[in-house]
Amino acid sequence: MSEFLQQYGDEIAQLTMEHLWLTCAAMLFATAIAVPVGVLLTRRPGWAKPVIGVANVLQTIPSLAMFGFLLPLPWLGERAARVAIIALTAYALLPILRNTYAGIRGIDPTLIDVAQAMGLTNGQRFLKVELPLAAPFILAGLRTATVTCVGIATIAAAVGAGGLGELIFRGVASVDNELVLAGAIPAALLALACDGGLGLVERWARVPGPGTAA
Amino acid sequence: MSAAIEFRNVCFRRERGRRLLDDISFAVEEGTTTAVLGRSGSGKTTLLRTVNRMIEPNSGEVLLESKNVRGRDLTALRRGVGYVIQETGLFPHMTVERNVGLVLEAEDHEKRERQLRSQDLLNAVGLEARTFGPRYPFQLSGGQRQRVGLARALAAEPPVLLMDEPFGALDPLTRAEMQDMLRELMARLKKTVLLVTHDLDEALYLGDRIVMLHEGKLVADTTPEEFLRSRQPEIEAYVRSFHRGEESAASNPVGGKRA
Repeated sequence: MSEFLQQYGDEIAQLTMEHLWLTCAAMLFATAIAVPVGVLLTRRPGWAKPVIGVANVLQTIPSLAMFGFLLPLPWLGERAARVAIIALTAYALLPILRNTYAGIRGIDPTLIDVAQAMGLTNGQRFLKVELPLAAPFILAGLRTATVTCVGIATIAAAVGAGGLGELIFRGVASVDNELVLAGAIPAALLALACDGGLGLVERWARVPGPGTAA
Repeated sequence: MSAAIEFRNVCFRRERGRRLLDDISFAVEEGTTTAVLGRSGSGKTTLLRTVNRMIEPNSGEVLLESKNVRGRDLTALRRGVGYVIQETGLFPHMTVERNVGLVLEAEDHEKRERQLRSQDLLNAVGLEARTFGPRYPFQLSGGQRQRVGLARALAAEPPVLLMDEPFGALDPLTRAEMQDMLRELMARLKKTVLLVTHDLDEALYLGDRIVMLHEGKLVADTTPEEFLRSRQPEIEAYVRSFHRGEESAASNPVGGKRA
């Protein structure tokens, strides 16, 4: 075991960092796209169905196929990491988009009514009322998306984007179970850590109510 | 005295719906309380909401301090009109103190000023600021929540208060306490109040005048005394329905129940 770690420890650490970087970059893009679009959809509910539908379809594309589709594209295909980040972004869109939309739409209409009747401007209504009340939902979407991305990012190694998938693919090719686990275990731990960390953030953002410690 | 709120031939109907407000005209004198009575669906809430332009009438005018509300800046208009509703609409993610000071926060007043104002107002509505200020709405009883709602409506020192069934969800004792508090507070602060209620007792107790709506039409605009003496069929029916319990108990002294 220690011998194994000595041999692969540095590589595991480096690939974990790569994995994390792919995931974080994708989450950043996905959040930057999906949160504003989700908010926009609450202003134009007629568009919600088609837009969320598109995100839904993206989600159903098998990940290996998605990487394959993107690879031949100009500019994107030049760097495997670009392909990986775009693909991961596509997968992360749906949970964030859906939760942002549902979180804001789910706010008690009385509160929106009162915010308007009190003379809050649209911006104030959004920042002081809608966003904080929807925050736990949005963060839950972010959490789901992050965990999904950590998992799917292992496939990115198939197009040469690096990450912990490298060890898994190499292990599979050489029928070396230890090597497969050397990729799979850190990937699983990473997913758990993201889930736990974002869970804490989510709890912090929770709206005080019966059953929560205020 | 001049009219703080005046309705002139106000009509409102939803698209292809029946008329919710049918040619309503009356005035509310400055510093007085007018109770708007009527059964559910008579247009009371709709009428109230034309004042802060949460609803725009199809025709007619609403004047606030002699100026037509139409064409006025929405934000400024609404900040200048206090609004209290039955569900209170307190923001669950804000402390009581922040809820009360929210209009001031929206106007970028300094934090210290907001805090002091919130504390004054909480004390004025009978809630000790030190105890209740840091709490969240879910930690309050229905009556306490309603007091916070009232304090919040008063934060920007509006000359006019709109109250929509503010005590409708409270038990009779709490309601009576709240009515006393409101009466005392309004006498002191000299606000103009438009109070929507379906409770005749509340209207008689709090209203300097009583306005009654029936199917979107104005059927009464009188003093409480005249209202009780009125022989108009809609008014008589309304008053009678309120005294049913008393009559029933009086005619069946033993046990109070019909055989």
